[in-house]
Amino acid sequence: MTRMTHKMPSKQDQPPTGHAVEGTASAEQPGASPVAIPEPVSNNRLAAIARGENVTSLTHDALKKEVPVVEVKNFNLWYGAKKALFDINMLIPKGKVTALIGPSGCGKSTLLRSVNRLNDLIDNIQIKGDMLLNDDSIYGPGVDVIELRKRMGMVFQKSNPFPMSIFENVVYSLRIDGERNRRTLEDVCERSLRGAALWEEVKDRLHESGLSLSGGQQQRLCIARAIAAEPEVLLMDEPCSALDPIATGKIEDLIQALSGEYSILIVTHNMQQASRSSDFTAFMYLGRVIEYGPTLDIFTKPLCRETEDYVTGRFG
Amino acid sequence: MSLHLQRQINRLKDMILALGTLVEENTEAAIRAIETRDAKLAAAVIERDNEIDQKEIDVEEECLHTLALHQPVAFDLRYIVAVLKINNDLERIADLAVNIAEKVEFLIKNRAPTGIPFDLPQMTQKVRAMLKQSLDALVNLDPEIAEVVRRTDDEVDLIHRQMYQHVKQAIRQNPEDVELLVNLLSVSRNLERIADHAVNIAEDVIYMAKGDILRHSRTHVIPKTPQS
Repeated sequence: MTRMTHKMPSKQDQPPTGHAVEGTASAEQPGASPVAIPEPVSNNRLAAIARGENVTSLTHDALKKEVPVVEVKNFNLWYGAKKALFDINMLIPKGKVTALIGPSGCGKSTLLRSVNRLNDLIDNIQIKGDMLLNDDSIYGPGVDVIELRKRMGMVFQKSNPFPMSIFENVVYSLRIDGERNRRTLEDVCERSLRGAALWEEVKDRLHESGLSLSGGQQQRLCIARAIAAEPEVLLMDEPCSALDPIATGKIEDLIQALSGEYSILIVTHNMQQASRSSDFTAFMYLGRVIEYGPTLDIFTKPLCRETEDYVTGRFG
Repeated sequence: MSLHLQRQINRLKDMILALGTLVEENTEAAIRAIETRDAKLAAAVIERDNEIDQKEIDVEEECLHTLALHQPVAFDLRYIVAVLKINNDLERIADLAVNIAEKVEFLIKNRAPTGIPFDLPQMTQKVRAMLKQSLDALVNLDPEIAEVVRRTDDEVDLIHRQMYQHVKQAIRQNPEDVELLVNLLSVSRNLERIADHAVNIAEDVIYMAKGDILRHSRTHVIPKTPQS
């Protein structure tokens, strides 16, 4: 994976303790604009965010009952001088599907990639705060990132099977861990492919190339590969955005089927996808979590006006 | 269709059928209470209405959740919208059954004067059949049974109109019986309203199955047979 990095001259780098500069206009004339153009009540929080003020996120009580698999604690992230995540505090519940929604650039992918430290690969990144995976620190000193990533699975926007057979794709993680027992490998392969709802379609062609499958099948192969290692959390970054509606439907069914057994954190552009396939939804905007609660509540009676406006398509 | 939506629709179906059964039983009990002048049964009907009210709210919430989370289209959309409306009709039928049950006590104390040809058995028999058929149509998504319900309604309306004429005449002849007569007319009217709601359910079933909205029209889906 490559991604554009905003390389800033080093003198502009902000220390994690410093204040972020969110647009140049933010600090100018703080009292002027509300007088000139009265802001509608519904936009108060958004206006406050635009002014660079702190906005507390609203977490529904239902989440307090959940056992967390990942805990995000006061997490802040800067790309060079640009602050991308602001004081994120979130519990990702165990055995449930949690969706991150929000307009482009709101930080949902950044947050997701921070969970398995994929952002470490980007230059000029600064982080303050921590995350815990089943109570183990993710950003603590001395954490072995490779060992950490073995405990998580990741599925990307575009399917990325390795140029090898379907069988080898699925058992790849066991192979690199040195597993040689044929029986074990075959069991894991079948179990994972069944888990990814792909077994029936490929059981007679396990030794054909993974690249010979259709787009939707390739994505399910990637999910099978991800769950073969029995990850503690499965991270999905827009797993359906490159698929047609039928393949998307299959992946959504699969996500629902995997919930309970696996903990899933999914980023999606598609609000309907979040509504159809997740148990909890967090609405993010400009690097903040605005509201986080049960998907049903977010889509039927959100507590924040901003969430209501976003899910109804009034802005974003 | 997504498995999750399919499960959700099956769940809705179970819920609306459970409510339908409960309403049918309660209506049946109300009719029996009025026929046999059974005060205890009437009290049970009134008591049970709370359960029906709660179930109606549950079905409505489930429909709204399904619409919000799954964005159903075509048959699924028609199904959920029709369930929402049928839910409403069932709850109204239950209320009308309560109205009937509430008349029982009065009718026990005041025997009907002779000479009122209130054909209660014939009317209740037709209304019972209509309610049962409308629910059968819902269970089997059968527009043909639904069509039978639509037609029977004319017969119930006719009986009610006759009843109205009889009561009008009887009040003129025996003004001292006016309260009793008005109560009898009320039972007839409530039965006639139950029949109307059964027709609404039948029409919603036709909408579910075929997508045709037949309300306010006399169009029959299946051509009338000569004898009907």
